[in-house]
Amino acid sequence: MSFEAAPFIDFCINTLFPALADGLLITVLLVLITAPFGLAFGVLLAVGRVYGKSYSHWFCRLFVGFVKGCPLMLLLFILYFGLPTIPYVGITLDAFTASVIGFICCNSAYNSEYVRGAILSVKEGQLVAASALGMTKRQAIMYIVLPQALRRAIPGLSNEFIYLIKYSSLAYMITLVELTGAGKLVFSKYFEPGVFFVVGIVYLALITVTTVGANALEKKYAVPGTQKR
Amino acid sequence: MEIDLFSVITEWLPYLLGGVVVTVGLVASALIIGACLGLPMAIGQVYGSRPVKYVIGLYVWFFRGLPVLVLLFMFYFTIFPLLDPNIDAFVVGAVVLGLRGAAYQSQIFRGAIQSISEGQMTAARSLGMSRVMAIRTIIIPQAVRIALPGWSNEYPNILTDSAICYAIGVAELLTRTSQIVAQTYITMPIYLLCALMFILLNLAGMRVIAYLEKRVAIPGFSGGSHTGIV
Repeated sequence: MSFEAAPFIDFCINTLFPALADGLLITVLLVLITAPFGLAFGVLLAVGRVYGKSYSHWFCRLFVGFVKGCPLMLLLFILYFGLPTIPYVGITLDAFTASVIGFICCNSAYNSEYVRGAILSVKEGQLVAASALGMTKRQAIMYIVLPQALRRAIPGLSNEFIYLIKYSSLAYMITLVELTGAGKLVFSKYFEPGVFFVVGIVYLALITVTTVGANALEKKYAVPGTQKR
Repeated sequence: MEIDLFSVITEWLPYLLGGVVVTVGLVASALIIGACLGLPMAIGQVYGSRPVKYVIGLYVWFFRGLPVLVLLFMFYFTIFPLLDPNIDAFVVGAVVLGLRGAAYQSQIFRGAIQSISEGQMTAARSLGMSRVMAIRTIIIPQAVRIALPGWSNEYPNILTDSAICYAIGVAELLTRTSQIVAQTYITMPIYLLCALMFILLNLAGMRVIAYLEKRVAIPGFSGGSHTGIV
C-alpha cells in the first residue's frame, strides 16, 4: 500500500470532510438530545434508589442492573429490531429515535450511579436537620441534598458525558449514519486507509474540547468548603 | 406464526453457548493484555523519565479518546491488513480491547501506586534497595492489591464492550444472537436470552473477582478503605 499526501488531502477536502460533517451533525444532535434526559432520569433513578419505597427502589435497581449488565448494542437491537416484532403492541421506531432512547437508558443508568454515590456522601444529619426545620422529605431532598450532591457528582457526570460521545458511534450499528458511520461508508466506497484516522482525530478533538469544558464547569460550580477534601 | 419457541431455543442453544465461550475468550485475553501492558505503563508514568511519561500519556489519551467502534474499524481495516491480510477478526478484537483496556488499567494502577506514600520508597532506598527492587518488591505487591477493587470494574466494561466486536464479525455472543434471529425470525425471546447470558456472565465474573480479591488480601491490609495505608 503506497501512501501519498497530496491525493489524500484532495480526497479529504472533496469527499471525506463533507461526509464527515453530515455525520458529525448527527452525532452532536444525538449527544445533545440525550444528555439532558440522561441527567434528569439519572437523578430520578438515583433518588429512587436511595430514598424510594420498596417498589420504586427495586424498579430503579433492576433497571440500572439490566442496562449496565447488557451491552448497549444489544439494547439498541432490542429497541430497533425487537420492539416492532412484539405481537399486538409492535412499536416501530426510526433509527434516530431508537438510538436516543437507548442512549438515554444507558446514560441515565450510569449517571444514577454517580449521583447515588454523591447523595450518599451528603451527611444524613442534614435530612434530620431539614425535617427539624419543618421541611417535608421532598423539600429536603430538592433543596438540601440534591444541590450539594449534584455538584459533587459533576466529575462523574462529565466523564459519563464523554462516554456518551464515544458510545454514540454505536448508533451506526442500527443503520444511523453518524460520524463513525459516515467514515465507514466513505471507506467502503474508496478503500482509503486514512479514513478512520481522520474520524479518530475528529473524536479526539470533540472529547478534548469537552474535557476542557467539563473541568471549567467543575471549577465554576464548586462551592467553597463543600468539597470532599 | 406457529413456531415452537422451546424447540427452537433448545436447537440453537449449543450455538449460542459457543458464543459465550468466544465472548469469555475475548474478555479474558483483553483483560490479560490490558494488565500486562497497563501495569508497566503505570510504573512508567509514575517513575519514568519525562519522554516516557509523555509517550504513555499520549497513548492513554488516544485509546481513551476514541470509541471502541472506531478503534476496531481502524485496526481491522487499516492497521492489521498491513501486517497480515488474513488476520482473524477474533485476534483484532482481543488486541483492540486489550490495548484499550491497557490505557484504562494503567490509570487504575497509577492511582494505586500514587496512593502508596513516598516514605516507603525512601525507606526502601535507605535499606539499600535499588529503585527497581523497591518498585518490584515493595510498591507493586501493595499497588496491585489496592488496585483490585477499581480493576474489578474493568471486567463488566470489557464484557459489554466485547459485544461491539459484532461490527467486525467476531462470532461472539451478540453476533450469533443476530444470526439466530435472522435464521429463525424469532426476535425478542432470543435477544432477551442473550441479555440474560450477558448479565449472568457479568455476575459470575464479579463473583470470581470477589473471590480473587479475598484470596490475595493480606489480613489487616486493605479491605475497602485505603486510608489506613501509610
